[in-house]
Amino acid sequence: MTSQEWLRWAVSDAERRGLPDLGPLLEQLARAIHTLRAADFAARADEHPVPDPDDDDD
Amino acid sequence: MMTIETFGQRLRSGETTSAEITAACLSRIELESDRLNAFTLTAADLAMAQARAADRELVDGHDRGPLHGVPVSVKDLIDIQGMPTTAASRVRDRRPAGRDAPAVARLREAGAVFVGKTNLHEFAYGTTSEDSAFGPVRNPHDPTRSAGGSSGGSAVSLAADMALASLGTDTGGSIRIPAAACGVVGLKPAYGEIPTSGVVPLSPTLDHLGPLAGTVTDVWLVYRALAGSPLPPGPHRPAVALPPLPAESLRLGVVRPYFCDLLDGEVRNRFEQTLEALRAAGARVHERGIPHASSISAIYLMIQLSDAAAYHAATLQSVPERYTAPVRLRLEMGRYVLAEDYVRALAGREVLRREVHAALADLDALLLPTLPIPAPPLGAPSIRLDGVDEPVRGLMLRLTQLFNLTGHPAISLPCGRTSGGLPCGLQLVGGAGATRHLLQVARTCEACLEG
Repeated sequence: MTSQEWLRWAVSDAERRGLPDLGPLLEQLARAIHTLRAADFAARADEHPVPDPDDDDD
Repeated sequence: MMTIETFGQRLRSGETTSAEITAACLSRIELESDRLNAFTLTAADLAMAQARAADRELVDGHDRGPLHGVPVSVKDLIDIQGMPTTAASRVRDRRPAGRDAPAVARLREAGAVFVGKTNLHEFAYGTTSEDSAFGPVRNPHDPTRSAGGSSGGSAVSLAADMALASLGTDTGGSIRIPAAACGVVGLKPAYGEIPTSGVVPLSPTLDHLGPLAGTVTDVWLVYRALAGSPLPPGPHRPAVALPPLPAESLRLGVVRPYFCDLLDGEVRNRFEQTLEALRAAGARVHERGIPHASSISAIYLMIQLSDAAAYHAATLQSVPERYTAPVRLRLEMGRYVLAEDYVRALAGREVLRREVHAALADLDALLLPTLPIPAPPLGAPSIRLDGVDEPVRGLMLRLTQLFNLTGHPAISLPCGRTSGGLPCGLQLVGGAGATRHLLQVARTCEACLEG
């Protein structure tokens, strides 16, 4: 889920729960999500691609 | 403001008694109750009984050390036996705590007299101490302004002569922020040094307990007791116990990118004047950087929101209307954090920890302002800086929250005032686990700034 997809879902859910005032805070959280994902601190699957079966001697 | 050091000298020379000073503090609390709203509960009878007992002990030759008979206030997030811990919230019941938090027990054993419990931002979840079931705490330097938070009442109790020391908590800056806003000294020790059991949590891996007081030496005296190693009884010479360093031996680091990008003009001037005073005293000041500083607030937000939402999940579901509206919304916000982003934040936290450690490698301390702005007006959602309206909460946490993420010890001490008379704070950050050395450095800086 992208941060924008997440934001649309979260705002819609907050409104459904009767918490429309949460909108601006969720936008703030979306910006934080974007920052974190852009910084890329965590290990990612594409850092260790699946090896080609032809190269696998085992 | 009387210091603990001065009080101890006068107490032992017979010039004053604990009962006399405690009564004076209680009188100040009562006198300023409506104007400053610093306390949620005052324990006048109990405090006077404790003070008289301390005086009798001294007459009988039982000296508990530097905190003997010292009036102390405690943030109302921390258990004191026989008193309710309200967390400044209508969510908590008012049953008295069954036992002292270990930190309180250590202060009690060291001879402290508890004058009462101080007002705070509800559940310590805010930086201005205005969202409280007891109403906002007000800054003694200008009651239309915030005292900072969340330990706002603690800082006010010192600045307004209602106690000689206070016990606060700090999850993103909640000791250092009000210390800076009110012109007192506040220490966040290294993570894990002071036990946090018996304290209502906000975010367990970010929560710290620590002292606020009028001087670095006073903070040192309280810190030693809190850490379970109080200075011994007898004639007290704290200056010997915490010797200042030669100023010319100090190696300090300034972190300008990010940390000095967004400062009020007068705060910037006071900070630069402070650096100049330290250089003039012989300290060497180097430039340092934290490469991922721009991610600090995102990492902090993700971890702190998740922790707080988890702790409050049951009451958020059952009695949401009992929270103040802003605190309830922030707690609800935490329910929307995705697990994958929380994991990213944990990874980022480790990166920041390494970067702060590297920045401190050949230094005694990092230097930065504690707050980028002077105490904001109560109720202000934003402050205009460089032509942009910046949210108050983000500004208040901007320079302090990093060191809750990394666990490094950090202290705020006064470094002058604005033209309007509002205090500015200097923050010093020490090496991992090196709280004692940080206090020595802070004492040296304090002496340079006084000179």
